[in-house]
Amino acid sequence: MATLQVLVVDDEPGIRSGINRILASYTVGFPFMEEDFEFSLIDAATGEEAIEILNNQPIDIVLLDNKLPGMDGMEVLAYIKNQKFDLDVMMITSYASLELAIKATRDGAYNFMPKPFTPQELRSSIDNVSKHLYLKRMTRKMQEEGKQIRFQFLSVMSHELKSPINAVEGYLKMMQEKQFGDKVDDYDKMIDRSLARLRGMRNLIMDLLDLTKIESGKKQRKLRDTNLSDIAQMAMDTMEPYAIQRSVRMKLSVIGSSMLLSDPDEMEIVFNNLISNAVKYNIDGGKVNVSIEDNRNEIIIKVTDTGIGISKEDQEQIFEDFVRIKNNQTKEITGSGLGLSITKKMLAQYNGTIEVSSVADEGTTFTVKIPKQ
Amino acid sequence: MSNQKKLILIADDDADYLFQLESMVKTLGFEVITADGQQNAEQLLEKVKPDLAIFDLMMETEDSGFLLAYKARKKYPEMPIIIASAATAETGYSFDMHNNHDSDWIKADLYLEKGIRSDQLHREINKLLKL
Repeated sequence: MATLQVLVVDDEPGIRSGINRILASYTVGFPFMEEDFEFSLIDAATGEEAIEILNNQPIDIVLLDNKLPGMDGMEVLAYIKNQKFDLDVMMITSYASLELAIKATRDGAYNFMPKPFTPQELRSSIDNVSKHLYLKRMTRKMQEEGKQIRFQFLSVMSHELKSPINAVEGYLKMMQEKQFGDKVDDYDKMIDRSLARLRGMRNLIMDLLDLTKIESGKKQRKLRDTNLSDIAQMAMDTMEPYAIQRSVRMKLSVIGSSMLLSDPDEMEIVFNNLISNAVKYNIDGGKVNVSIEDNRNEIIIKVTDTGIGISKEDQEQIFEDFVRIKNNQTKEITGSGLGLSITKKMLAQYNGTIEVSSVADEGTTFTVKIPKQ
Repeated sequence: MSNQKKLILIADDDADYLFQLESMVKTLGFEVITADGQQNAEQLLEKVKPDLAIFDLMMETEDSGFLLAYKARKKYPEMPIIIASAATAETGYSFDMHNNHDSDWIKADLYLEKGIRSDQLHREINKLLKL
């Protein structure tokens, strides 16, 4: 239960005590709210008193009479607008002219309640204003969180792009200063490493492009009947040279039809990411099994490796942007940390899911399920 | 200045950058031990007491360098610490943006942008070691 602070500004004591009585035991709840609201009431008999209270404690809702002895309700409203207090104002007034209503609305009053009102009228107005306040605050919170996530993404991305530049630049300087000898051969290892870092950077940029396509949502998707086994085979062919180097054997099995209405480019990204991970994080001489199974209303894709495995804690984060599992076994392996997050986002567009199960030093299985329609 | 070479601990999870910084600092005439991450650095700090430490900022986590600096400062209050990062200048990230890690407990003596020139680094190290 959360409490909303309600400030009642009215010079008639009867109205103030009436509102107090009605709201003291009232609660508001909507299905989309995490908790119900109850109300705690504070009274002010004049506008001056109201401003004093507003300046000294947080208020969520103001019930504001217009006709007050000193400064009137409209002036209090203007003050609230000026100070940018985070609250909603509801005017309670006996003779509401259209002119007054327009001015009050322009100054930020959320709604009007004519006096006299019944308890039911007050309660339903309070329902509305509480809901409005809640949604207003939620929207703002979500926007702020969105900005924060975006910012974090950009910082990590700039870090990931700068690291290879620093590394390559460092090696070039060493060569320029001939720190390790006069012959080009003396720098073989550094040239290899520089090329590897540049490759990693190229992959990162490709991944970022994939991610942008998904997130902008503007990419035109070309859905057509696609044979997933062809796509899987293509991804395996791409990995073949590296797999041969590592003596990793890849096998594809298809159970039933592997046709799916989908964008072949997107499916290629899914298979490329899963299969390249299965080879990269494998042991020398290991195996990769890819299976595609037609399971009535869905297609099930499994990619299993005999690699180093992923710990339980790490399994929880691997689908996040830029997460790479860093340990002794992975430090030589390059990757952008985006592959699985892209795969997951890509699958979400098909209402598909991806899950991981893994045993340390035995291997990992990624299971993808995509509904056919 | 004692005859013995000063010992510098360098922690960075980028193997290439670690190698480059290591050879740069060695060329400047220091003894170097390296760690490939926060965890590894903590283990080394249990066994040896370096005269100075240079930590990368983003290693296992995006603020590994800060955590490491905090722990190292607790263990060896007099050891100067340099934090080197590739991310700070462009984004301003990590210093004031990080709500849960206030800057008042970040115990580094100096923040350096990665890609620093060898003579600049030498000057900074000498200053911190009062050489």
